[in-house]
Amino acid sequence: MEIAKSSKKKTQWKRASLPYFYLLPAFLVMGVITFYPLIYQLIISFTNFESKDLLLGLKSPDLQFIGFKNYVDIFTAALPVENFNFFRVLEFNFWWALSNVMLHVPAGVLIATLLNTEGLWLKRIYRAIYILPVVVPPLVVATVWTNIFDERYGAMNQLLTSIGTYFGNTAPVYIRWFEDVKPPIPGFLPGAPLTLAYYAMMVANFWLGWPFMSVVATGALQSIPRDLYEAASIDGATGTQQFWGITVPLLRPAMIPAAVYGFTLSFNLFNFVFFMTGGGPARSTELLVTFAYNLVRNLRWYGVAAAFAVIIFVVALIVFLITNRITRATQNYQEA
Amino acid sequence: MNSAKVETKKNPIVRFLTMNTSGQTSGRSLPLWRQILLQIICIAILLSVMFPIMYIVTLSFSPKTTRPSTLELIPKEISFVAYKQVLDRPTGNPVTFIELLRNSVFLSVGVGLAALVIAVTAAYAFSRLKFKLREILMILVFIPLLMPAVGLSTPLYLLLNQIQIKQCAGNQIAIQPFTSCGGEAKGKLVFNLRDSLLGVGIAMTATALPFAVWNLKGYLDTIPKELEEAAAIDGADTNQTFWQIVIPLAAPQLAVTFFLGFIGHWQEFVTTWLFLSQPKDYTLAMTLYNMTGQYANSVPWNRFAAMAVIVALPVAIVYIGLQKQIVGGLTTGGVKG
Repeated sequence: MEIAKSSKKKTQWKRASLPYFYLLPAFLVMGVITFYPLIYQLIISFTNFESKDLLLGLKSPDLQFIGFKNYVDIFTAALPVENFNFFRVLEFNFWWALSNVMLHVPAGVLIATLLNTEGLWLKRIYRAIYILPVVVPPLVVATVWTNIFDERYGAMNQLLTSIGTYFGNTAPVYIRWFEDVKPPIPGFLPGAPLTLAYYAMMVANFWLGWPFMSVVATGALQSIPRDLYEAASIDGATGTQQFWGITVPLLRPAMIPAAVYGFTLSFNLFNFVFFMTGGGPARSTELLVTFAYNLVRNLRWYGVAAAFAVIIFVVALIVFLITNRITRATQNYQEA
Repeated sequence: MNSAKVETKKNPIVRFLTMNTSGQTSGRSLPLWRQILLQIICIAILLSVMFPIMYIVTLSFSPKTTRPSTLELIPKEISFVAYKQVLDRPTGNPVTFIELLRNSVFLSVGVGLAALVIAVTAAYAFSRLKFKLREILMILVFIPLLMPAVGLSTPLYLLLNQIQIKQCAGNQIAIQPFTSCGGEAKGKLVFNLRDSLLGVGIAMTATALPFAVWNLKGYLDTIPKELEEAAAIDGADTNQTFWQIVIPLAAPQLAVTFFLGFIGHWQEFVTTWLFLSQPKDYTLAMTLYNMTGQYANSVPWNRFAAMAVIVALPVAIVYIGLQKQIVGGLTTGGVKG
């Protein structure tokens, strides 16, 4: 009797603890290389941690706790860094991610629809080639486009020159894409002037971004029943009406997660921005991540960098909570 | 209806290439003026897509080391000089192309695999098992996803920097922080985990692991539970269900998660550039950066172009092969649709 009871208890305990055994490997590893660094980062964000403290870490005798000074310095632009204003960088970062998605998604949908036109010649060839930007790593895309926007030898200025020659303008075009600090459209984004470098980056990232959206849209277009369009055209709906009345609403379930994915990807697009402009000129294209990299790699203010990382974390958390409401990423199978 | 079902199972690149191409079957044909108009638009898009690709490919086939002063988008001659030079001697440092390739492969494959193996059981627990702390632990795992790699770099640098192997006087080996040379003796540094590919791999796993859990959980959520329920009725316990039913069902997504890790870390730059100091540990991505960075003026441009093509190729091949799974996994599987 006693034995049966205890063994029943044992199996119950076993069942209750089983999930934790499944979690054990991941949490052991993350405890050391993820959670410990996160907490460490939080601690040193309240200190004046610098290169000289790297050897001894928190045991360093020079290390002082300075309260919220790092945070205050970041928010009030009191850091001795040229052209740094946190809120301008933040605003630019949001605008950068948003403006990219706002261009990529409609372009992707339109081009997918275009290629879906019945009776269009050479569809296969177009589809095969339009996919190419998706498969090139952003690192390579950025290095190649930096080269294209080069002032003297870049293909973009050469292209503009050839177009100019065609219209009778023989003077070679020398646009200083990455150096010019004067915004071409003043006041376009209040508080964060958009330099030519931003537009150059938009062009390059547009090239990189829309084909992915187009692939997602193509998959979704395929699942729309043909009968819907036939019924609509019998009822006398024009092509444009069909597009807005059938295509767009039925694409939405597929395009919203894709847009959210695109937004978060652009928001932290370190490789691309770092390799194209490095945040310049005059930090006008700096993202939060590229500035964080600068703080660690070039300025070596580890305390400030830690505070900055904590701030990025909070910003990302807010972005996550908003986008999560849209896609409900953490919902599990039972709740669905 | 049946054919549509079959079609959705195909690789989307195949689907993308073959779908709806037969205008004839529907009986409707495009008026010629619209056909021409759409063709013009398609060709314009085609040119814009091909423009940077042709530019870099042309440059890579050029025997000249300088960039052309006028636009060249079609190679005048096919010369493999640049490729040969890059393969022979990729940088100014005494490091061979094979070593760079090996480092890149070691890091991207190693991190992809490590993250996958560690993540898979946790993903299963989060997707299928019920337990008290589920919500809290899940948030804990996903929290690091919000931190960019550079945000964790300083503590990881310090942590990994503590583990060093030193050769003391008298040929003793000390493994810090567990043993030391004794007294004030410093000893000769033999191995520093921070300044090694292994250490960088560990640091990169810190951000790769939460992503793998997230990606796998999203996929497991989409697998119908009926099979597992049937197995449970037949008397299988959780472990048996996991190994014999869930793992085989999830095999395609396991592969995709691995390849996503591979693609992401193939071009990893932040951690490698911050941690590694010895040219023998450099990766292809770091080499490409070196070519465009501060030494840009001295670098022959045809070699830079050839290197860009070489760095892009592995990722491009993997991506084309796994198109469907990657696009699907990122949009519908990863985030619950």
